[in-house]
Amino acid sequence: MIVESASGRWEPVIGIEVHVELETKSKMFCGCTVDTEAEPNTNVCPVCLALPGALPVINERAIEWIARIGLALGCTVTPDTVFSRKNYFYADIPKGYQISQFDLPVCADGHLDIEVDGVASRVGIERAHMEEDTAKSQHAGDGGRIHTATSTLVDFNRAGVPLVEIVSRPDMHTGAQARAYAQALRQVVLALDVSDAKLEEGSMRFDANVSVRPEGEPELGTKVEVKNMNSFRSLERAVDHEISRQIAHIESGGTVIQETRHWDEADGRTHGMRTKEGSSDYRYFTEPDLPPMHLDEDWVAPIRAALPELPEARAARYRQMGLEAGAADVLAPASPRARELFESAVGAGGDPRQVANWLVQDVTAWLRKADTDLEATPLSAGHLVELGRLVDDGKLSSSAAVMVLGHVLAGDGAPAGVAEANDLIQISDAGALESAIDEIIAANPEEWERYVGGEQKLTGFFVGQVMRVTQGKADPKLVSQILRDKA
Amino acid sequence: MPIEIDVAHVARLARLSLPEEDLARYGEQLGLILEHAAAIQGVETEGVEPTAHPLGIVNRFRPDEVRPSLDRGVVLEQAPDSTETHFRVPPALDAS
Ligand SMILES: [Zn+2]
Repeated sequence: MIVESASGRWEPVIGIEVHVELETKSKMFCGCTVDTEAEPNTNVCPVCLALPGALPVINERAIEWIARIGLALGCTVTPDTVFSRKNYFYADIPKGYQISQFDLPVCADGHLDIEVDGVASRVGIERAHMEEDTAKSQHAGDGGRIHTATSTLVDFNRAGVPLVEIVSRPDMHTGAQARAYAQALRQVVLALDVSDAKLEEGSMRFDANVSVRPEGEPELGTKVEVKNMNSFRSLERAVDHEISRQIAHIESGGTVIQETRHWDEADGRTHGMRTKEGSSDYRYFTEPDLPPMHLDEDWVAPIRAALPELPEARAARYRQMGLEAGAADVLAPASPRARELFESAVGAGGDPRQVANWLVQDVTAWLRKADTDLEATPLSAGHLVELGRLVDDGKLSSSAAVMVLGHVLAGDGAPAGVAEANDLIQISDAGALESAIDEIIAANPEEWERYVGGEQKLTGFFVGQVMRVTQGKADPKLVSQILRDKA
Repeated sequence: MPIEIDVAHVARLARLSLPEEDLARYGEQLGLILEHAAAIQGVETEGVEPTAHPLGIVNRFRPDEVRPSLDRGVVLEQAPDSTETHFRVPPALDAS
């Protein structure tokens, strides 16, 4: 994890902060609907607009869900925890402060295991705390650019939506690790069913803290916060770019200053922002409008007991069932429907590898092409078992099986019927194949002589001829067998 | 002992525009408050449980249930400036 440059060897150090919007029914401190697609400013009330005298009340489900996230990440749930006010002025924060947490987050001290190019590592989780989301601002005038805007339009539908901030320890050293961490975290959140975690819609967002230090130096370098990455790819690129920028800057005699930089996807660089003086002086203090929370083991136990199987554990179980690592890693975090089909088909006697390959490759490709979801197709576990049996019995070639699968997905019927109707059943009756083979031998006496004489490569020629006259329906294994017997 | 306060900085954080000549007076008053806080800091608290809230209650939760929101027209009418759908505020550079 060392970067070599003209002046020496550098160690980049990366920590990631992830924000996840929870998909509760109502907001964090009021009864307004959580629906970010609603008409602007229709889900607002005295609490989330900060009208005078309005008081917040904690949504218990949000606290249960952050505990769920924390427990899944191996965190401890803090038994006595409080909300705090983070004070700053901005149009998207109507109270003049955000209700957040400071020194007593709901969850602390966990970890997440990641893997990059076959190398596993563990990223520490410092904390996961509960807060409220801000309103959405839109810069009006002159193409919506922040620096040239003539006014700002504010929509408070998002203000007060439960938001979990998960802060990693500075345990990563490359853009690829940062990406792997963010991806693994997203899979955990999805498995816990607490957020749709959509990057493009902002229900999952990440910031990276990047610094570099000379190899062997115990002190961390000055960290720069990089924002505005809207995909895993841009997170990786932004981190790698920022590492190179800092090293080049130091090498040319500069000093890294603590600042926030914006990633620009178009030019592939980070840009410094004009920072307001004292903007990070948040003057946190305990929120007087909310009593403390006491989350003892009695409160935590049922949440711990109800944790679902997590993608990592599931992938390990799938590997034990005989799947290759790649297929297990794809299937383990796949849609619940895909996993349900896999597990029931295997339970009903399907071959795990075969079923997994169909689901991971062929079904996925078909769905993408048809632009639809698995849930919208009639594909059942029974279909997958039946299809497997047709292949095992030699009635379907593997390529014909994929075609049959497409028909089943399209709603044309069950595998056997579809194969029959589309004339895809292989000729696996030796008698029927033998007469075809005899004709081919008679038509190609020279080749046959050479084949009998030991020229093995002519097997392909004869099998090809048989496939041609049977329009691809002959079982190639059986054809080779008959050829060997005749020679 | 008097406590030094950068009143101009505190005022800037609170977005208060204070006349130059008043800074010293506010500094004195804020100083008295801090002196009082410092006196409380000096109280022997060995063996006393920390208190985050005066009432001693915990876990005042509400169930995750939706309640009706306000009418947008009525809400936007209260604002100094708005469009049909949004609150409108002066342009601001991102400070968050
Ligand atoms: Zn509300």
